[in-house]
Amino acid sequence: MDEVIKISQLTKNFHTDAGEVCVLKGVDITIKNGEFVAIMGPSGSGKSTFMNILGCLDKYTTGSYWLNGNDTRNLSKDALAFLRNSVIGFVFQGFNLLPRKNLIDNVALPLVYAGMPLDKRRKRAREVLKSVGLEAFGTYLPSQISGGQQQRVAIARALVNFPKLILADEPTGNLDTKTSQEIMQLFCDLNAKEGITIVLVTHEPDIATFAKRQITFVDGKIQHDSQQEQSV
Amino acid sequence: MNWAMLFEAWVAMGANRLRTFLTMLGMVIGVGAVIIMSAIGAGTQASVQQSIASMGSNLFIILAGSSTSGGVRMGSGGVQTLTVSDATAMEELDSLLATAPVSSGTAQMIYQSSNWNTQITGSTPSYFQVRDWRIESGYPFTDSDVRGATRVAVIGQTVAQNLFGDNDPVGKMIRIKQSPYIVVGVLGKKGQSLDGRDQDDTVIIPITTAQTKLFGSKFKGTVRFIMTQAVSEAMMDKAQQDMTQLLRQRHKLRESVEDDFTIRNLTALANTAQETTKAMSLMLAAIASISLLVGGIGIMNIMLVSVTERTREIGIRIAIGAKQANILMQFLLEALMISIMGCLIGVSVGVGGALIVHKVLSINVVITEGSIIVSFLVATGIGVFFGFYPAHKASNLEPIEALRYQ
Ligand SMILES: Nc1ncnc2c1ncn2[C@@H]1O[C@H](COP(=O)(O)OP(=O)(O)OP(=O)(O)O)[C@@H](O)[C@H]1O
Ligand SMILES: [Mg+2]
Repeated sequence: MDEVIKISQLTKNFHTDAGEVCVLKGVDITIKNGEFVAIMGPSGSGKSTFMNILGCLDKYTTGSYWLNGNDTRNLSKDALAFLRNSVIGFVFQGFNLLPRKNLIDNVALPLVYAGMPLDKRRKRAREVLKSVGLEAFGTYLPSQISGGQQQRVAIARALVNFPKLILADEPTGNLDTKTSQEIMQLFCDLNAKEGITIVLVTHEPDIATFAKRQITFVDGKIQHDSQQEQSV
Repeated sequence: MNWAMLFEAWVAMGANRLRTFLTMLGMVIGVGAVIIMSAIGAGTQASVQQSIASMGSNLFIILAGSSTSGGVRMGSGGVQTLTVSDATAMEELDSLLATAPVSSGTAQMIYQSSNWNTQITGSTPSYFQVRDWRIESGYPFTDSDVRGATRVAVIGQTVAQNLFGDNDPVGKMIRIKQSPYIVVGVLGKKGQSLDGRDQDDTVIIPITTAQTKLFGSKFKGTVRFIMTQAVSEAMMDKAQQDMTQLLRQRHKLRESVEDDFTIRNLTALANTAQETTKAMSLMLAAIASISLLVGGIGIMNIMLVSVTERTREIGIRIAIGAKQANILMQFLLEALMISIMGCLIGVSVGVGGALIVHKVLSINVVITEGSIIVSFLVATGIGVFFGFYPAHKASNLEPIEALRYQ
C-alpha cells in the first residue's frame, strides 16, 4: 500500500461553553509510505488537534480519513486500538512513560496489548532499547534518567511493534538544542534505513529542515505544502 | 488473563500500601465478623440441638401444683398432689408410650477414697425409655428392683468419671448417705440440658428405694414430677387431653376447681428454643453481612479514586493499543485482588477470633466450611460487583480526554 494517510475535507469542531468552535476547516492531505513530514504553524492553528486525529485518539467531525487502507470513520474503539497498536507509534512532547515501570517494561507495553508472550516481549524491548543507545538502562525507572533519554525510550516504545507510521507532536519541545538534534538524527535514520513514515509537529524551523516535506498550518487549514510547491 | 496481569495488579496494590491496607481492612473485618458470628450462631444451635436430642422426644413433664401459682404452690410442706399411682394409672392411657414418676434430691456418695455430691433421681425403668437414655455398660434396674426397693444405682458419665476414673464401675459398691448401693449400669453421655445443667451428673435409683430408704417421705408415694412420652408427635394434643382428664378424675376435682397439676409440653418448649436460636444466628449473620457490604463500598470508593488518579496512565495505555477489555480487566483484577486478599486475612481473623471467643467466653462455636466458602464467594462477588463500575468507567475513557487529564 502506497498511501499511509489519505485525508480529504477533514473538519473538526469542539463543543465548548461558548458554543461550537471550528478548529480544522477542511484539510486535504495524502502522505505516502516512507515520507518524512514536518508540520509547522502558529500556536492554536490546530496542529495538535490534527495529530490526535491522525493517531485515532480523537474523532473528526466531517470529511474522510483512510489510515493504511482502512476507513477510520466507522471503526469501533477496539478496532481503532488495534490500528494504533499495530500501525502507529506515538512520541509525545511530555514523553508519557509509565512512572512505576522500568524502561524495558515501558518499551514492551505495546507488545502486551499485541498479545506477545513475556520472554519475547522482553527480548524485543531490549533490542529496541539498544537501537536507541540505552541498553544499559533497562531496569531504570523513567524518573532516573534525563529528558533526552526519556524521549529515546519513548521512541523505542513507538518502534517496538514495527509500526508503519510514527506520529510525534513536538518531540523536541522539552529538550535542549543539542539533544533535539540527536533525537532528530534518530528519526532521520529510522526514516532512511527502515523506511518508516514519520509525521512530526515542531515550532523550530531548523528542526523542520530534517524532514523531506514541510507543511504549514494556519487557522485550521494547510496554508503551505512544500511538496505541492515542487510539483507546481 | 495471565500472570503478567496478576503481577501488574499486585504492583498497583503495592504502590499505595497504606491505602490498600485500609481498604482491605474493610473486607477483613466484614469477613471476620461473618465467620465469627456464624460460628457462634452455629455453635449455639448445635448446643441447643444436642440438648433437645438428649431430652427424649414427644415429652411432657407433669408438675404438682397449678400453673397460675408458679407451679409448686403446695410443694413445700403442703400436700403433694402427684403420686406414684397417678403415674401407674397414666401407663394405661393409649396416647402415652411410657410414664416415669420422679422424685429427686441431692446426696453425697463415696467410693473408696473418692466422694462426689450429685443429684439422685428416683424413678422406674420407664425413665430410661422416656428419656431415651441408653445404658453404656451394665444393665438398668428392673421393675422387681422397684417392687423390692433394692439398693441398686445406675450412674451418669460425670459421676462415673469422678468416682471411678478409668475403672469400670459396674458391679462395684458405692455408699450413698452411708448405705451401700451396687452400681448395675452406667448411662451413655447426654451433655448439657437446655438450661445448661450437666445431665450426666446424676445417679438413678428405684423410686421406692429413694422414697423409703434415702430421702424418706412425709407423704408416702408422692413424687416431684412425672415424665411421660406420647406415642407420636401427632398424638401430643390428644395425650395432653387424656392426662388432664385422668388426673382431674383421680384427684376428684370438681368442674369449677382449677388443675392442681401443671402439664408442660417439653417438645414445644424445645421447638421454641430451636426457633429462637435459629433466628438469633440468622440475625448475627445478617448484621455481620452489613459490614461486608460496607467493606465492598470501601473498595469501590478506592477504585474510583484510583481510576481518577491514574487517568493519564489509562490514556497512555489506550493510546498504545489497550482494548477496552484490557483496561476493564486490569482494574477488575485489582479490586478482586484486594477483596480476595482481604477475605483470606478475614478468614484467618474470623477463625482465630472464633477460637478466642470459645476459649475466653467458653461459648460453643462451630466453624463450618460452608461459612468460609460462602464468605469467600461473597467477597469475590463483592470485589467484582463493586470493582466493575470503576473498571468500566476506566475502560470507557476517551483516549484523548484521558491523555490530556492533568
Ligand atoms: N478539547 C478542546 N475543547 C475546545 N477547544 C479546543 C480543544 N482542544 C483544542 N481546542 C482549541 O483548538 C485550537 C487548536 O488547538 P491545538 O492544540 O490544535 O493548537 P496547536 O496548533 O497544537 O498549538 P500549539 O502550537 O500551541 O501546540 C485552539 O484554539 C484550542 O483552543
Ligand atoms: Mg500543539
